[in-house]
Amino acid sequence: MEAFTQLNGLAVPLDRANVDTDAIIPKQFLKSIKRAGFGPNAFDEWRYLDHGEPGMDNSQRPLNPDFPLNQPRYQGASVLLARENFGCGSSREHAPWALLDYGFRAIIAPSFADIFFNNCFKNGILPIILSAENVDTLFREVEATEGYKLLVDLTSQTITTPQGAVYAFEVDAFRKHCLLNGLDDIGLTLQHVNEIKAFEANRKASQPWLFN
Amino acid sequence: MSAKTLYDKLFDSHVVREENGTALIYIDRHLVHEVTSPQAFEGLKIAGRKLWRISSVLAVPDHNVPTTDRSQGIADPISRLQVETLDQNCSDFGVTEFKMGDDRQGIVHVMGPEQGATLPGMTVVCGDSHTSTHGAFGALAHGIGTSEVEHVMATQCLVQKKSKAMQVRVEGKLGLGVTAKDIALAIIGRIGTAGGTGYAIEFAGSAIRGLSMEGRMTLCNMAIEAGARAGMVAVDDTTIDYVKGRPYAPRADQWEAAIAYWRTLHSDEGAHFDAVVELKAEEIEPQVTWGTSPEMVTAVNGRVPDPAQENDPTKRGGIERALQYMGLTANTPIDQINIDKVFIGSCTNSRIEDLRAAAAVAKGKHVAPNVKLAMVVPGSGLVKAQAEQEGLDKIFKEAGFEWREPGCSMCLAMNADRLEPGERCASTSNRNFEGRQGPGGRTHLVSPEMAAAAAVTGHFVDVRQLLN
Repeated sequence: MEAFTQLNGLAVPLDRANVDTDAIIPKQFLKSIKRAGFGPNAFDEWRYLDHGEPGMDNSQRPLNPDFPLNQPRYQGASVLLARENFGCGSSREHAPWALLDYGFRAIIAPSFADIFFNNCFKNGILPIILSAENVDTLFREVEATEGYKLLVDLTSQTITTPQGAVYAFEVDAFRKHCLLNGLDDIGLTLQHVNEIKAFEANRKASQPWLFN
Repeated sequence: MSAKTLYDKLFDSHVVREENGTALIYIDRHLVHEVTSPQAFEGLKIAGRKLWRISSVLAVPDHNVPTTDRSQGIADPISRLQVETLDQNCSDFGVTEFKMGDDRQGIVHVMGPEQGATLPGMTVVCGDSHTSTHGAFGALAHGIGTSEVEHVMATQCLVQKKSKAMQVRVEGKLGLGVTAKDIALAIIGRIGTAGGTGYAIEFAGSAIRGLSMEGRMTLCNMAIEAGARAGMVAVDDTTIDYVKGRPYAPRADQWEAAIAYWRTLHSDEGAHFDAVVELKAEEIEPQVTWGTSPEMVTAVNGRVPDPAQENDPTKRGGIERALQYMGLTANTPIDQINIDKVFIGSCTNSRIEDLRAAAAVAKGKHVAPNVKLAMVVPGSGLVKAQAEQEGLDKIFKEAGFEWREPGCSMCLAMNADRLEPGERCASTSNRNFEGRQGPGGRTHLVSPEMAAAAAVTGHFVDVRQLLN
């Protein structure tokens, strides 16, 4: 996993509440057995005017000009500004894979669905919760200002706007540590092999039916 | 010791270690399907890692499998590759898999409980958000992402922070024609799709205790639609009677010890919940969703809402967008909405009790002429066999329904079963998101009874009118 420390990225607004993971990456693309290559199909049904299927040449498909990601001023965006309950629905990790593959490293919203939120951290994406009022302000500013970049700093847990306003955000200490260092959870957990084995042995003795 | 919630008991009894509020919890059962596992198996192979405990894993293909004739295998080459990849990975790693053609094959959340592979007191995970289903057994069960699938495969553990606890209490007696699905939708209508975010929900109260295991599974299944990763119900005789004698259930010599422990799996008197929601069973009516989120729901005798009545601009925009997508006009009575297709199935509503209830409504009637397709997709091969033994397949076929092979089918349309753009479907599944059942498709979530009633009348109708 790529570490996340600091990002000075162009922001793009996605002004809808309850964006679900079916919308982020529709089901037909879940048939892939790989982790990479989902970016061109992120938000497929909103982004293109035709119906997408795996294997299509996406560069030849008609784009929906009204969709923010297609607008010239938002090309190269790496910060996604979203509304409440972002990433609800299916647990598909293909959703953060698609966002990462597209180029997003940070997502700012008033709230996220639990599983999606968790999946982001496993993939080097920083999901940031700000108050609905602050997210509103960011929406207004990003829409009013072309080339609006946000400086996201994980170490100091702050977002700085082009006007110099600073927003602090919370992040779980363990997740922050993993993200700052690009650490793989499995390696960390396997440092505790003996504890897991001891726990398992106990469990097997007290509830043997779990091991039938 | 202070009073504990069921969630406290389940979580605390699985903590291997804890540091600064982040716990490593032990996983008893890992269910696997073809869509969210290939990248996890690949990760293990690349790192040269093995499965920590092979016997904890059970695999089944469900999302991509055809529900029609299977003698020629899967026609779509990409779907076929995904199922073949699961077969290969299970073979390489020694995992038990119920393949297509095996009677035990079915939707992973139907198969687990049916096999007794889901037991009270377990932690159950699967790379699928509807894993919350298994909480019906007094288990801690939730969906995980593929990175976590790989993590559980390699370590038998999951890195977790404890959630807050919510109790949803439903007291009273459900009316005729009102089901667990209606309870679930009514709860989501009340608290919203983010109402349970950050919580584990325990469903309690006399109406919940009165539900069968099938009903409890339907309810816990949709906890995730309320935003909660996990839903659960305390263990009682209904739970224990369901588990007894199933293939993976405790052996006879383990049984008494097992049930003695299982009977402790309930919230203690006076246990603290961070939030409590109460509903009266008598006030719950058959529900129908009208929009593109499960919280966009009303009673069957209600109307499509008018966005002009909504003050919150984000919500108003959401309603307007939903009505446009759904092709609905504000204030239309729900029972005047005609349908094109009917889907009875999914991990929410494809168990034997669901099929019995739908068949009872369909019996002696016929699918309405304006309905192009009404399909029944049993949750597993064993459910299908049971239904056929009871003659339900004949009732459905005589009424003009198609009787299919088991799988996820048109709940998410990864296989060939899907809506065409603009088609309207009465569906017993769990999600009415844009495009969920096929691009441009319009989904209305209902109970199996309500779906069958819509099939035979051609529009939504209060099923109680047909039952009286």
